Amino acid sequence: MSLLYFIVQQSMYFSIPLLIVALGGMFSERSGVVNIALEGIMIIGAFSGTLFISFFQDIIKGQPLLILALLVSALSGVIIALAHAYASINMKADQVISGTAINMFAPAFAIYAARMINSARNSNGTQQIQFNNQFHIAKVPVLGDIPVLGELLFQKTYITTYIGFAILIIAWLVLYKTRLGLRLRACGEHPHAADSVGVNVYKMRYIGVIVSGILGAIGGLVFIIPTTTVFDATVAGYGFLALAVLIFGQWRPWRVLFAAFFFGTLKAISSAYSGIPFLLSLPVNDYFYKMLPFIVTLVVLIFNSKKSQAPRASGIPYDMGKR
Amino acid sequence: MNALKKALGRGEGAGVLPSLIAIVIGLLAGFIVLLVTKPGQALGGFTAILTGGIVDMKSIGQVLYQATPIMLTGLSFAFANKTGLFNIGTAGQFVVGAYAALLVGVKCTFLPGALHWIAALLAAMIAGALWGFIPGILKALRNVNEVISCIIMNYIGMYMVNFLIKETIYFSLKNQSMPVLASANMPKAGLNTLFSTGINMSSLNSGLFVAVIMAVILYVLLEKTVFGYELKACGYNRDAARYAGINENRSIIISMAVAGAMAGLGGALLYLDGSGRGFNVVDVLAPEGFNGVPVALLAMSNPIAVIFSAIFVAYLSVGGLRMQLYEFAPQAIEIIIAIIIYFSALSLLIRGAVASLIAKNRERRGERGNKQAEGGDTQ
Repeated sequence: MSLLYFIVQQSMYFSIPLLIVALGGMFSERSGVVNIALEGIMIIGAFSGTLFISFFQDIIKGQPLLILALLVSALSGVIIALAHAYASINMKADQVISGTAINMFAPAFAIYAARMINSARNSNGTQQIQFNNQFHIAKVPVLGDIPVLGELLFQKTYITTYIGFAILIIAWLVLYKTRLGLRLRACGEHPHAADSVGVNVYKMRYIGVIVSGILGAIGGLVFIIPTTTVFDATVAGYGFLALAVLIFGQWRPWRVLFAAFFFGTLKAISSAYSGIPFLLSLPVNDYFYKMLPFIVTLVVLIFNSKKSQAPRASGIPYDMGKR
Repeated sequence: MNALKKALGRGEGAGVLPSLIAIVIGLLAGFIVLLVTKPGQALGGFTAILTGGIVDMKSIGQVLYQATPIMLTGLSFAFANKTGLFNIGTAGQFVVGAYAALLVGVKCTFLPGALHWIAALLAAMIAGALWGFIPGILKALRNVNEVISCIIMNYIGMYMVNFLIKETIYFSLKNQSMPVLASANMPKAGLNTLFSTGINMSSLNSGLFVAVIMAVILYVLLEKTVFGYELKACGYNRDAARYAGINENRSIIISMAVAGAMAGLGGALLYLDGSGRGFNVVDVLAPEGFNGVPVALLAMSNPIAVIFSAIFVAYLSVGGLRMQLYEFAPQAIEIIIAIIIYFSALSLLIRGAVASLIAKNRERRGERGNKQAEGGDTQ
């Protein structure tokens, strides 16, 4: 039983960021803009968030610091997403190229800025940002005492787990139960039809990309916090994995949840297999476990892509003059 | 002058002008980045970027040497792009190619002389082609988005190569691959002594020739053959190509395999450069793979132009090494390149602006010409 708790707790650390980032990608793509820049946005978000924590960890303590850091990284995500939105919406640029540029920019910027800041602060120009992890919650009061469920969900956890689930519910409500969501989805399926009934396609797409910037950046910080105390300008390909999760989840919130936990659990097993006696006893190299999530992702995509339900206008710049 | 004008603003404002504008904006942005971080040393650092690649013969040799692998990954990306495919999998194809070359270089001791490095290059191309073939066939038969499958293949390739190196050709003291036999290295062909400053020789070798020859071959294949025409037709409009009787699935698969072979060859040329470079067993994607993307985009996917854009990007990197003398982190170069790519993505807008400018100019000149003609009539 303790093994089950261990796997569930571990997989939360990997699934929640995937969930948040993939939901961000969902908003962008459902509005009609492909956002391959999620990886870069995650790096920027994690960079600004950890930098904020490392500067203010002696002044502010505990969960409020984390919440503030999340807000800071969300803001940085908005800024970088605006660059993508401007290129792909106003300039009608190739969205994949613009995204690739951001993916190149983000790690370079994170390393450059970190080295410059570190050399000014303590003259050891390393590219890592160190911070104290003071956000771990050993046990949520009251809820953590519920038998089984309490141990599964409310012990050895982070506040980010609940933020992730809250984002899921809000995302679903906004996308399917509000006028805004309906309009946003229309712009991703048939922007000309949406335009003809008075929906501002540009505005909707800006909203979609900005939301993906916020969630992507938050996801970056959420990924870093439980897994390490040193940010090294990388999120280990999680932005790209989130894109795969989005496709596997068929651009729908609850399926994205399922997909995120599917991969998150695999990833947790691959990184924590040495703590699982059965897997450790198998005569398999650890590189196999590292490859496993990617191989399974590919296999899933092979069986999932033929009947893909991608937003029809996703990736196509909206040109009012075209029909 | 006319030829220059033609090159700069061919027809509707295509040509190299948009790329040049993007480069200028990128460099300016880079200068601003340096100014913001260390105002006092910004000018020196920026001058180092601009001139670091030509201060002496050795630097020129280093530029050409660094251009070689990214020329091939650039060709890889450009070739697939001509068929409308976004081959972001160059990093994975690059490392499997590198591994195949190293394996042949270390293990195939029975191969004599020049045959050894030729065999190593061929092995690298085959391995790379296989790594490109997989996303290609998945795209053709199962409609798997090649961007995602390529990214996944990058990670699988990276872990697999690290695993295989540890199993087969591991040099545990240095945590890298064993050194290859001398016969597996690319011949220097006198290039290292030609491009040298005093006794400091550059690392340039005949791999450069291989890369340039590949660029020419791909250019001829794309521009002068029916097969190349079919590939491009699929890139322009897949449905129209299918309607015209072109086998689009075959085109996608072959295009990805050729692209993979190029990236694999790039991996071979990097590690068979004769400097005794070993493959470091770390879980990091090969940066040379991703550097092919800006090279190809700057060249607008023209194989011949890739030669020059690769030299340009290498020139910036060599300048970036020199910039470190002024205590700037070399990542400033990557920031500059990323900004250049971003603005080359806006090339549609720049191209449009250039086109309308040219049209206006022509109109004005046309009007003037008409007036002169009229004037001539009245006299």
